[in-house]
Amino acid sequence: MGNAPAISPLVIFLASIFTSNMVLANFLGMCSFISVSTEYRTASGLGKAVALVMVFTTTLNWLIYHFIMIPLGLDYLRYLIFIIVIAATVQIIEMVMDRYLPDLHMKLGIFLPLITVNCAILGISLFMVIRSYGFLQTLLFGLGSGLGWWLAIAALAAIREKMAGNQLPRGLDGPAITFIITGIMALAFVGFSGIFVVM
Amino acid sequence: MSVVLTVLSLSVLATVLAGLVVLADYKLNNYGVCTIDINDGTKRLEVNGGSSLLSSLASHRVFIPSACGGKATCGLCKVTLAESAGPVLPTEEPYLSDAEIEGGVRLACQLKVKHDLRIMIPEEFFNVKQYRSRVEEITQLTHDIKQFRFRLIEPQTIDFKAGQYVQIDSKPYDQVTEAVSRAYSVSSVPSEKNIIELIIRLVPGGICTTFMHNHVKEGDEITFAGPFGQFYLHEGGDELIFIAGGSGLAPIRSLVLDILEKKLDKKMKFFFGAVRPRDLYYVEFFRELEEKYDNFTYIPALSGATPEDKWDGEEGLITDVVARHVPDAVGRQAYLCGSPGMINACVNVLTKIGFGKEAIFYDEF
Repeated sequence: MGNAPAISPLVIFLASIFTSNMVLANFLGMCSFISVSTEYRTASGLGKAVALVMVFTTTLNWLIYHFIMIPLGLDYLRYLIFIIVIAATVQIIEMVMDRYLPDLHMKLGIFLPLITVNCAILGISLFMVIRSYGFLQTLLFGLGSGLGWWLAIAALAAIREKMAGNQLPRGLDGPAITFIITGIMALAFVGFSGIFVVM
Repeated sequence: MSVVLTVLSLSVLATVLAGLVVLADYKLNNYGVCTIDINDGTKRLEVNGGSSLLSSLASHRVFIPSACGGKATCGLCKVTLAESAGPVLPTEEPYLSDAEIEGGVRLACQLKVKHDLRIMIPEEFFNVKQYRSRVEEITQLTHDIKQFRFRLIEPQTIDFKAGQYVQIDSKPYDQVTEAVSRAYSVSSVPSEKNIIELIIRLVPGGICTTFMHNHVKEGDEITFAGPFGQFYLHEGGDELIFIAGGSGLAPIRSLVLDILEKKLDKKMKFFFGAVRPRDLYYVEFFRELEEKYDNFTYIPALSGATPEDKWDGEEGLITDVVARHVPDAVGRQAYLCGSPGMINACVNVLTKIGFGKEAIFYDEF
């Protein structure tokens, strides 16, 4: 905090995938993470859509924050403005995809509206303000966080698919075991923390 | 000052973003003029792309049946595509069988017109029109069933086959903000071309039946589309077994009157199932027909008559009554109209008696 830290954008990129993973280190975006992770294919689809929206919205929010909100002294409105920007961006991205990437839209289409309310998306926009990232840092932070979220949900879905047929103690089935898996995955991801500079 | 600035800047930002969304919608959702070819060139429509196939067709006065108004909850608006227009959407999947997906069937309300399309629809849909009508007479038939008589305003006449249904458009009322369209069978004869009659039972919580029962008065203007459905007289069958319950009497009345009027050489047995005498209606009407015509028999049956009712007619479940009166399926066809439960039970009994699938007709509502 304070002056722009001199962390290399590449480090931010790698750190936001592994050591500071949005889900596994910050526990953001949990509701879709838990509920849409029963099938690998859909989970991976949602992950891709989240990554795409994260890159667009953080970048756009950075521009709006630095060129409109700061000069006008509207810093305190950032929650409200970021959410509006996210909602509008998701709408437009959906239309662009429908037009030019119909195949991708077919696969991600139903997830896009869901993403508007994913708190990880708002989270990274707020983090980039709190951590005073520059433009390039923000871009790679958005991309890294998106890829990290995708990696986490795809991994979780793969594990859940693998153990779909397993017998679990009663009461542990469903979300309960998913939380335990998430916890163990988070512990495993802590192992990465020695590799990069922690933010 | 800061309040003004806050409100102003938020409004400006929201307006700019909304403007962008509208602009994107206008630019990106604009697919130019697309041609829809229906039934190998029988009809060719030029529409502006970007809307659903259902609304594009409706704007050119080709009406596909739809009870939910394009929300993918009724699954009625099926059309067949001559060439694929992309994979089936997750919203359509619950309503399409594997064979239908294989055969290119899609829901018209979910399919967006983005390029030229070639579709196949039943010929009879061309006969479907939107009608404006005036409610001429409302008759209370039982405690929860009313009959509505509509005089057609525009177009002034309708051509339909006895047994077919129309879709009434409801209007918003009280807390109900949506307008829906619901299917009701016509109970009047096709030869009366400038009126139709519908028999509607009040379904607790039903949007359209509540509208019709509690908010429509004589003299009101109502729009409907039609005619739809394959529940009309089919080839074959020397004796016709009609089975109905509740408001399911409507299409049967139309069929019986049509057959008598045309003097077709067919024997008819009409079974009407109800619980108590208060659920029976049109009893005198059908008794008179029975006396007047040798080939028509009317068999009302009650399943819950009490001694005070002094009922001397048939008693028991309608399925048992049918089984007592219909010995076998030779030369017979069965036409059913009623609740899904009644239809399932009757199909089971008829199948046991020996009726094949091709000899049992009903509309699924």
